[in-house]
Amino acid sequence: MIRWNDRWRFSMQVLSLNPIRTAILVITVAIGVSSVLILTSIGEGARNYINQEFSNIGSDLLIVLPGKKETGGGSLPMYSTTPRELTWQDANAIKQLSSVKEVAPINAGTALVNYQGLGREVIVIGSTSDFLQVRKLSIAKGRGFKQDERQRARHECVLGAKLKRSLFGSQSAVGKWVNIADRRYRVVGVLAERGESLGLDMRDMAIIPISSAESLFNTTALFRVIVSLNQFSHETTVKQQIIELIKARHEGEEDITIVSQNAMMDAFNNITQLVTAAIGVIAGISLLVAGFLMMNVSYVSVVKRRAEIGLLKAVGASKKEVQWLFLQESSILTLLGALVGVALGYSLVWLANTLIPYFSLAVPFWATLVSVLSAIVISIAFTWFPASNAAGVDPVIAMRGN
Amino acid sequence: MDVSPIIQLKDVNKTYLLGEQPLHVLKDLSLSISQGEYVSIMGPSGSGKSTLLNMIGLLDRPDSGELMLANSATRELPEEQRAVLRRDNIGFIFQNFQLIPRLTAEENAALPMMLAGIPIADRKAKIAHLFSQLGIAERLHHLPKQLSGGQLQRVAIARAMAMEPKILLADEPTGNLDQHSGGDVVDVLETLNKSGITLLVVTHDIALGRRAKRQLMMVDGVITKDSVSEG
Repeated sequence: MIRWNDRWRFSMQVLSLNPIRTAILVITVAIGVSSVLILTSIGEGARNYINQEFSNIGSDLLIVLPGKKETGGGSLPMYSTTPRELTWQDANAIKQLSSVKEVAPINAGTALVNYQGLGREVIVIGSTSDFLQVRKLSIAKGRGFKQDERQRARHECVLGAKLKRSLFGSQSAVGKWVNIADRRYRVVGVLAERGESLGLDMRDMAIIPISSAESLFNTTALFRVIVSLNQFSHETTVKQQIIELIKARHEGEEDITIVSQNAMMDAFNNITQLVTAAIGVIAGISLLVAGFLMMNVSYVSVVKRRAEIGLLKAVGASKKEVQWLFLQESSILTLLGALVGVALGYSLVWLANTLIPYFSLAVPFWATLVSVLSAIVISIAFTWFPASNAAGVDPVIAMRGN
Repeated sequence: MDVSPIIQLKDVNKTYLLGEQPLHVLKDLSLSISQGEYVSIMGPSGSGKSTLLNMIGLLDRPDSGELMLANSATRELPEEQRAVLRRDNIGFIFQNFQLIPRLTAEENAALPMMLAGIPIADRKAKIAHLFSQLGIAERLHHLPKQLSGGQLQRVAIARAMAMEPKILLADEPTGNLDQHSGGDVVDVLETLNKSGITLLVVTHDIALGRRAKRQLMMVDGVITKDSVSEG
């Protein structure tokens, strides 16, 4: 049996004799491996981004939605309509629970926000002073809403940073009056720049007190209620407490749905992981193409080296040895290609992260492992037939050169 | 000298298909060659002499009959065992040298040892010794394209001798050499034979064939003459 170092040296001599062929195959594998790494890094980057957004908001949150999620019958889960709306009074009752820290009732709609002829149609959120705390938002200029009960109906607003820039440019907005729909609101604060949060651009919205929003949108029905838990409260227990509380307030009818931040995070995680894996598989097709190219080149190599194969067999190489030599050549090429591909993939991801710092790509470790292993398995599978073909060469005929 | 038969063929037949026409190359051929014999096989083209050599070298299998090599039946042996038997007992010398162009003379000669898993240090020592014996000591690191025909055939002889085989099979060993180089190569082969190696030479060259102690003449797959020279 040939020693591994001799087999390695023998293969390297063959590969170095055909530098262009070797380079083409290495590049082909490298492209396949780096494609898998780059595309899965986008999926992983998206997953990290979502996780980061959730952790910015905090994972100790419950979101109370009006209506009961129906899972029986029908093709998709539906939120049934409910005769009773979820109101600010319900939110206030939830706040009385000892297990609850903050409660932000949300009444939302879109409206035109206007200042001296400059206007923007934006999302207007009606809430309480707790809203800034539960969404982990901070004020750059001015103040938020006060906790005073009487503040709930005041005509005050807090503007997102982008909205403030659109309407006021570099001027100070605090203390100025803007029109939201047909009402006048005094700007009491401007939010700090933060970017998007779960698809909602916090920079491009206005926040007004809850009662004021009820009047503006002509409804007391809340869009949802965000509840943050006390440090030692147990999520499941609090959920049950809220359900019981609202059930009692709504004449015994369980007509709300509670989604926990953790459950949403898990769901997003599952989806993004699935999407990342699917993207990886699609990118893996390029590895198959590399495999076909390797098979083709190996067949050509077997034909060109028939005399050599015949000689090896004549001086004592078994069929298995000859097959191993060819398989090893393709394995070395694949390993080289995989190494180059990993280096290329990580370099491009690093470059992308340098150029686009606000969306961080991250190569998942499993993608590195799977892409390299897949490349090796594919190369062995695709070189198997040419290698078997080489092993079957008749030495007598091969050495005659026909 | 051990005179027990090292090669024995009993009623060996071999047929090839030439298109759809069967070509009966060896016909009920029986032959016994003792250890240390010097045998030449002569005959016209297509007489079956190369096929006989390939059969003895375990590169080909008989359709029927049996080939015994060092008292071992070989016809039914699996390919892996035949490869080992061939590597350890038989050295080949070809008309066109059959050296691998990208390997140095030393690497070419050491090929059977490499296939046998012998460590590189032992290989180098053995090949250096053989090259020295064959008068090409300074050619160890030359590529085949840098060597003359005579030197190439000496490298091929070193390769054939690397595993210290019992049998040397030479197919037209001087066919691609000028008279002087050819003579030198034959001298080397005869020296090896005198050291106890069984030597079989297939040749068209009557003069070369007559240098062998035992001369076989083949025609149409049959040995028509088996003679031992007086000298």
